[in-house]
Amino acid sequence: MRSGRLFSLLALTFALSSAPVFSYAQHEENHEAAPVAVAEAAHEGHHEEKKEGFNASEVIFGHIGDSHYWHFFDVNEHPVSLSLPVIIYHPEKGLEVFSSSKFHHGHESYNGYKIDPNSKMKEKIISEDGAKIIDLSITKNVLSMIISVVLLLTIMLNVAKKYKKNGAMVAPSGFQNALEPVITFVRDEVAKPNLGNKYMRFMPLLLTVFFFIWINNLLGLLPGGANFTGNIAVTACLAIVSFLVMIFSGNKHFWGHLFNPPGVPLGVKFLLVPIEIISLFIKPIALMIRLFANILAGHIVILSVISMIFIFAGLSKVAGWGFAPVSMAFTIFMFFLELLVAAIQAFIFTNLTAVFIGQAVEEGHGHDEHHAEAAHH
Amino acid sequence: MDLLTPELGLFVWTLLAFLIVFFILRKFAWKPILNSLHERETGIADSIAAAERVKKEMSQMQADNEKLMMEARAQSAQMLKEAKEMKDSIINKAKEETKVVADKMIADAQMQIQQQKMAALTEVKNEIGKLAVEVAEKVIRKQLATADSQNDYAQMLAEEIKMN
Repeated sequence: MRSGRLFSLLALTFALSSAPVFSYAQHEENHEAAPVAVAEAAHEGHHEEKKEGFNASEVIFGHIGDSHYWHFFDVNEHPVSLSLPVIIYHPEKGLEVFSSSKFHHGHESYNGYKIDPNSKMKEKIISEDGAKIIDLSITKNVLSMIISVVLLLTIMLNVAKKYKKNGAMVAPSGFQNALEPVITFVRDEVAKPNLGNKYMRFMPLLLTVFFFIWINNLLGLLPGGANFTGNIAVTACLAIVSFLVMIFSGNKHFWGHLFNPPGVPLGVKFLLVPIEIISLFIKPIALMIRLFANILAGHIVILSVISMIFIFAGLSKVAGWGFAPVSMAFTIFMFFLELLVAAIQAFIFTNLTAVFIGQAVEEGHGHDEHHAEAAHH
Repeated sequence: MDLLTPELGLFVWTLLAFLIVFFILRKFAWKPILNSLHERETGIADSIAAAERVKKEMSQMQADNEKLMMEARAQSAQMLKEAKEMKDSIINKAKEETKVVADKMIADAQMQIQQQKMAALTEVKNEIGKLAVEVAEKVIRKQLATADSQNDYAQMLAEEIKMN
């Protein structure tokens, strides 16, 4: 967890330090917009710059946001991308399914729907008649998740088949061998210390959470990958699942301590109970924010470092080439760090879920440790 | 703030996918995997415990064997000792008995010898006495023709007896 915090701090400092670069880039563009009389040659130069103009913040936020297209690269200014299906529920018109290519990258409206020009990052679809629509489109993030789900199911079911086929007493091999230490790690380091003898009940949840986050973190790191786990809707969903499990597995002791802390004077109870209730809701929020911020920050840092090549290239070709090795070195370093963070964040999410559930299912004794632990996190 | 507002669509899809993955994996992956792991671990633990137990039993058996050997050795030594003692005692007893018998025989023999000697002596004495009486009778018959000669003779005899 410490490394996660350290990392977010790092990302923050980096984002702050690179902020002037972005504004500088934008400043350049603004300059172009002013059509003051300039020398012919200079004008031409500006024109060229506009063509090559590189907007780092657009690239970065375009990547970390969600999209109705899976954009791979540009060829001669034309984006090569996969148009994804749009699924919309309109309260009056009902369910509609069509390809996002109908929008022509947000330039046209289709069937009374258009991409909200004010929400560049999310490509939010709005109805032109102003009705409140429900957008269930298969966006880039959803498709990325479907790929990860297929991968996860394939891997895990194959591994499980191997266990069934070989029986318990045969040494693991192949992927089974790679996953077994991870599974035993989740069991021995996450489930058992936090959940005590009830750990078997929550093992499927913890393992699913861990591998789901991990594989999505890793897929997000692939070039062109989606920023799935760095999306707040995703982390909110996972956090709510953890929270609901925690609420529904909470025992009498847990609720008793929450609403009627024993051994506390009545006056303090009025103060303590609201705090306890707030802390109950802060737990899933902390889970949500932690994963979201860590993955998002990682993506932003890597993209910023790569963008710096193009920003420098925008200043001059030499600067761009000169900066490329520095940028690449730092990107590679960040990539390794992100690989680590992918696993660490999956572990932290799983571990905190186990800690929270552990507090909910805890039996009478060990009350003090319970509080110390809560304070620690 | 666009970043911080969750979209419903993605949320719904994520929830759906996560739950599907969870239920499929729980039934078809985690259960068998965790069960196999558990089975293997208990199997290994049991094997180790069994090996330990066998080892303990072996050492116990070895100790027992050693103890038995020791006892057997002690017993045989005891038996040897007893046999030796018995032998000694039998020999001693035999010796003593023999000695007693021999002593008795010797004593008997001596007594008999004594008796025979005494009998022989008595007989000799009697014989001598008879002979002496006969001699004396003869002498007396011859010598005592005269009184003097009788006296002399008697005196001489007496002398002779005295000298003897």
